[in-house]
Amino acid sequence: MNKIYRVNMKDLTCKIEEVPAAWAGLGGRGLTSTIVAAEVPPTCHPLGPNNKLVFAPGLLAGTAASQSGRMSAGAKSPLTGTIKESNAGGTSAQSFAKLGIKAMIIEGQPAEGKLYELHVNNDGVTFHDASALKGKQNFDVVDAMNAKYSPKIGVVTIGVPGEERMKAANISVKDPDQKLRSHGRGGLGAVMGSKGVKVITIDDSAGSKVEIADPEKFRAAAKVFAKAMLDHPVTGEGLPIYGTTVLINIINEAGGLPTKNFRYGTCEHHDKVSGETLHDVIAGRGGSTKHGCHPGCIIQCSQVYVDENKEYITSGFEYETIWGLGINCMIEDLDDCARIDNAMDNIGIDSIEGAVILGTAMEAGMIPWGDGKECLRVMNEEIGKATPFGRILGNGTKSVGDAYGLTRVAVVKGQAIPAYDPRTIKGIGVTYAMSTMGADHTAGYAIATNILQVGGHVDPLKKDGQVELSRNLCIATAAVDSTGMCIFVAFPALDIAECLPSLIDMINARYGINLSGDDVTELGKTIMKTEKAFNDAAGFSKADDRLPEFFEYEPLPPHNLVWDFTGEELDEFWNF
Amino acid sequence: MKITVKLFAGFRNDRFKVDDLEFPENATVADVLGALKINEPELGVAMINGRHVAKDQVLKGGETLSLFPKVGGG
Repeated sequence: MNKIYRVNMKDLTCKIEEVPAAWAGLGGRGLTSTIVAAEVPPTCHPLGPNNKLVFAPGLLAGTAASQSGRMSAGAKSPLTGTIKESNAGGTSAQSFAKLGIKAMIIEGQPAEGKLYELHVNNDGVTFHDASALKGKQNFDVVDAMNAKYSPKIGVVTIGVPGEERMKAANISVKDPDQKLRSHGRGGLGAVMGSKGVKVITIDDSAGSKVEIADPEKFRAAAKVFAKAMLDHPVTGEGLPIYGTTVLINIINEAGGLPTKNFRYGTCEHHDKVSGETLHDVIAGRGGSTKHGCHPGCIIQCSQVYVDENKEYITSGFEYETIWGLGINCMIEDLDDCARIDNAMDNIGIDSIEGAVILGTAMEAGMIPWGDGKECLRVMNEEIGKATPFGRILGNGTKSVGDAYGLTRVAVVKGQAIPAYDPRTIKGIGVTYAMSTMGADHTAGYAIATNILQVGGHVDPLKKDGQVELSRNLCIATAAVDSTGMCIFVAFPALDIAECLPSLIDMINARYGINLSGDDVTELGKTIMKTEKAFNDAAGFSKADDRLPEFFEYEPLPPHNLVWDFTGEELDEFWNF
Repeated sequence: MKITVKLFAGFRNDRFKVDDLEFPENATVADVLGALKINEPELGVAMINGRHVAKDQVLKGGETLSLFPKVGGG
């Protein structure tokens, strides 16, 4: 991967540049954040000409390493106003690696209202009028591109909310089964829309295999790494059988499952939408309980959810989405939840933000609690068609809270809080508050240690040790996000001694370098500090690293705890 | 004494979701695992009334004990 594609949407040109030495050792989030921090003015309008949208595969993309096919997208986020990286499965990372593209930087803006298809291949990028795709949602765009080229074409697309620059819009990536994966969080679909890019097609047929500096060492390390994935009970057994939704029951038992827009920590009907139930429904109907989001995934935590006639409803039906719809919005019918999930895939709305938006609209009295059919209509007919009501919702949870004068609005830095209540799972609350990207559980997944007892145990109900736990996880995650690895490699990495060294060995063997574990930790720290410096320059301060006030005065049943960290305690997070 | 035992994920296979079971006084979490023929290393998380407990935790009677194999997600 020795090329940077620099795409200018003002004059419709693509320059192929060499990789600067300073970027050579970076990939994924490390590279997108470095480029955004270096080239985007922190105070710029996220939807204006000075923001840039950067795509970068991870350091191990295109190799035989399992779990290495995640693509990072980065920009200044319109939802949070911070720097943003969001990574996704699908086929684009491996295609970029085959084409030798270390990063693609999309900058500038075309004449107003113009929409383009960017066609990426070994020779660069060509620009095609995409006005015929205006108003089309994602699955229609995929069909149109498959018909124009072939089903082998890579597709990265936005729906109407992205075109209309709504802050909850995501970027969707075609997966190996012609369905979609998402750069979900932070409204990057709005940035793509603001650049006039409706769709990116990727033809990797003239690409080549990625070069491995030391193939023998790589093979040996890849074997150890894959064995760790299969040996660990979470990645080898729990995730493939039950998917991520296995968490519904355990988080409910722990009293940290945010219910009815963060009113309660347990939900009476939890087992109707649990991972165990999801597994039984899919298996009973003849769907697929296992599915990988990218080629080379051996964990297979995803699934294909079908109706009673075995007709496809959705895939990639994840814990956070099912929590958000099934528990936080009180929609008890799993089929309704699945149809809303599919609608969010189709129109291109982040399914975490989207679900919390619906819960907040219920809080506002605009949708009845638990009304899945109305939620599906709102998704397709209001947000999907950019009606005035749809725009209030499509601009995010905070937008709904502001429009209806609400105080129970679960966001940090404008981004919706996901499926774990910070009052009773305090480590994840620290991550929500301190993340450089707004509330994001994946930034430092304290659930592992607070609840799942992976990598030790820190009592979720107490403050002790949580800041240090979150800090260490955030640093490690920033490094893992640079490899292009799925975040679930963290489960074996926390428990199996050979796992992390084998990951570092693969990077060393791929590039002929000699990174140590300490170097990787330093990389994580550098990435986080780079991101924080961007946010500081954009106008963020300590006062933004806080949770919404209602968590401090509304005790959460059943443990009846409030969020009780002081500002000084939280600020210790950055003491490294 | 009576303990309400809740099982999750693979622990439910050939067992049950929730049941009220009798145990002798001073039984521990490990004793419950033994009675259910669950190998101790398979245990991921044990909770009593929503709080994490260790395997040697002594039961008092009347509690709800939730047992999970090693699971994860996110």
